[in-house]
Amino acid sequence: MTDNYTMKHMVLKVVLHVFLLFLVAVILFPVCWLVLNSLKTNQEMFLNSLALPKQWMFVNYATAWGKGLLAYFKNSIIVSAISISCILLLSSMLAYGLTRFNLPGGGFIFFLILGGMALSEQVALVPLYKILQAVKLYNTRAALVLPYVAFRIPFTMFLMRSYFISIPKELEEAAIVDGCNSLQRFVKIILPISKPVLASCAIVNLNHVWNEFLFANVFLENKKLMTIPLGLMTFQGDLKSDYVVMLAGILISSLPMVLLFLCMSKQFVRGLTAGAVKG
Amino acid sequence: MKKKTKLTPYLYVIPGLVMVLGFVYIPIIVNLVYSFFRLSSYSTSMKFVGLDNFRRLFTNDTFPIMMRNNIYYCVISLIVQVGFGTFLAFLLESKLLGNRFKSICRNIYFIPALVSLTAVGLMFNFIYNPQLGLLNTFLKHVGLANLQQTWLGDKNLAIFCIIAMSQWQFTGYITLLMVVAFQNVSTDYIEAAIIDGAGPVRRALNIVLPLAKEQLLVCSIITVIGAFKLFTEVYSTTVGGPGNSSQVLGLFLYQNAFLHDDMGMAAATGVLIFIITVTASIFQLKISHSGEV
Repeated sequence: MTDNYTMKHMVLKVVLHVFLLFLVAVILFPVCWLVLNSLKTNQEMFLNSLALPKQWMFVNYATAWGKGLLAYFKNSIIVSAISISCILLLSSMLAYGLTRFNLPGGGFIFFLILGGMALSEQVALVPLYKILQAVKLYNTRAALVLPYVAFRIPFTMFLMRSYFISIPKELEEAAIVDGCNSLQRFVKIILPISKPVLASCAIVNLNHVWNEFLFANVFLENKKLMTIPLGLMTFQGDLKSDYVVMLAGILISSLPMVLLFLCMSKQFVRGLTAGAVKG
Repeated sequence: MKKKTKLTPYLYVIPGLVMVLGFVYIPIIVNLVYSFFRLSSYSTSMKFVGLDNFRRLFTNDTFPIMMRNNIYYCVISLIVQVGFGTFLAFLLESKLLGNRFKSICRNIYFIPALVSLTAVGLMFNFIYNPQLGLLNTFLKHVGLANLQQTWLGDKNLAIFCIIAMSQWQFTGYITLLMVVAFQNVSTDYIEAAIIDGAGPVRRALNIVLPLAKEQLLVCSIITVIGAFKLFTEVYSTTVGGPGNSSQVLGLFLYQNAFLHDDMGMAAATGVLIFIITVTASIFQLKISHSGEV
């Protein structure tokens, strides 16, 4: 009886491992194939895309980097850095204002911001294009930063608000006795305690902004300002049939977020799950 | 002194509020207005046409095709990402697995969700490429050359190829969300069930799933909303082709606005997307509130 049970147990364990490893292969096999081919010559790829390269062409990566990827990376870093800073600043101020003072109309403001989460980028696309042209911001970095910040505030504010509510009021009361005004309390008490939630918000928003395509595609036409996702699409047009360099470019561009996740998976998971439950 | 303390709180709230109103709410209201006008991107003149944009949208030859495609995407994503993704989350919580093995699998499944939609689209252009792509080369090597297809070039297959790509990218995302939801289920319930003699399958179905029900519904609604916002996946692979066979609402909006210079039609499509996604969101808000207290 017990032998039978352990036997069944063993079989189940093996089947489960095999199945999960099969799925790992489903995810990784295409990626390995892409990496393999990014290290070949175009001819070799055409001949047999499953064969190993005769000579490992690491130079493809250098070529891709030199053909404009560097500039796209720079643009993505600038746009992301400015957007994330503004998102965190404005959202934490909002969350602070809404949780620490009994604002008349505060409930309504909260509901209004929260409602922003339900609104999708596509619906705002045409008017934003017209507005950005009218205020002469079309085809500038600001044309990306402003909509990115606005569309990410609702989610971020919501995440921060629930964290701020959990901070004990006693901490601030002591500071009030010491004569700190609300700005000092915000900067010296609330923000330092909130580092974990700030990190989660930063990383989840970074994933969003770094990979955003729709707005970037419509609000920019200057090649010098293009971010990575948009750059990759133009890259495809520029390189035409230089497939291996294209592959190298795609792979380089995907690396930063993956590495960041591997280093900070805890913050990532916390931000994503908190966001999904609420919003 | 008193006046000052009353005004300062608003100073914290106003900058963020102005951003959201200015770049989210106002454009969406303007979009609704635009949907009743005929307008172009090059001039400022607008002509009121009433519901004509909506009439042209609903009677357009591609309208049934794109609704069908968005619905296919939605239904298949619900089955694979939410259904299979949740099943996978159960498996990953099994006591038969080591903790290290679990977390490595979970992270690998999740990684595609971190790659931009454009990069994934471009990668799958290679994978589906009829001459040198992974799929056809693989089929040839295992002696199944008769199953080779033109994939994205086949009007009956193109949309399903795009849908399959999205399942590859996002199933691990839903799995991760569900794993965390399952981990939040109090162990007391599970231990009580074990004492009652409930096996792993019954524990999963009768105890864990009902307690993680809220997260499951939220995942479903995220998936539904995503399905009707679909754009980049199609833009970076087939651009709606061959013919209009893989056309979707989001791409139709984009093409009307910026290729056919028919911004009124684009705005009307936007209103349709707005109605679908907001309905789903209201549903979600109702659910997450009912779950809270």
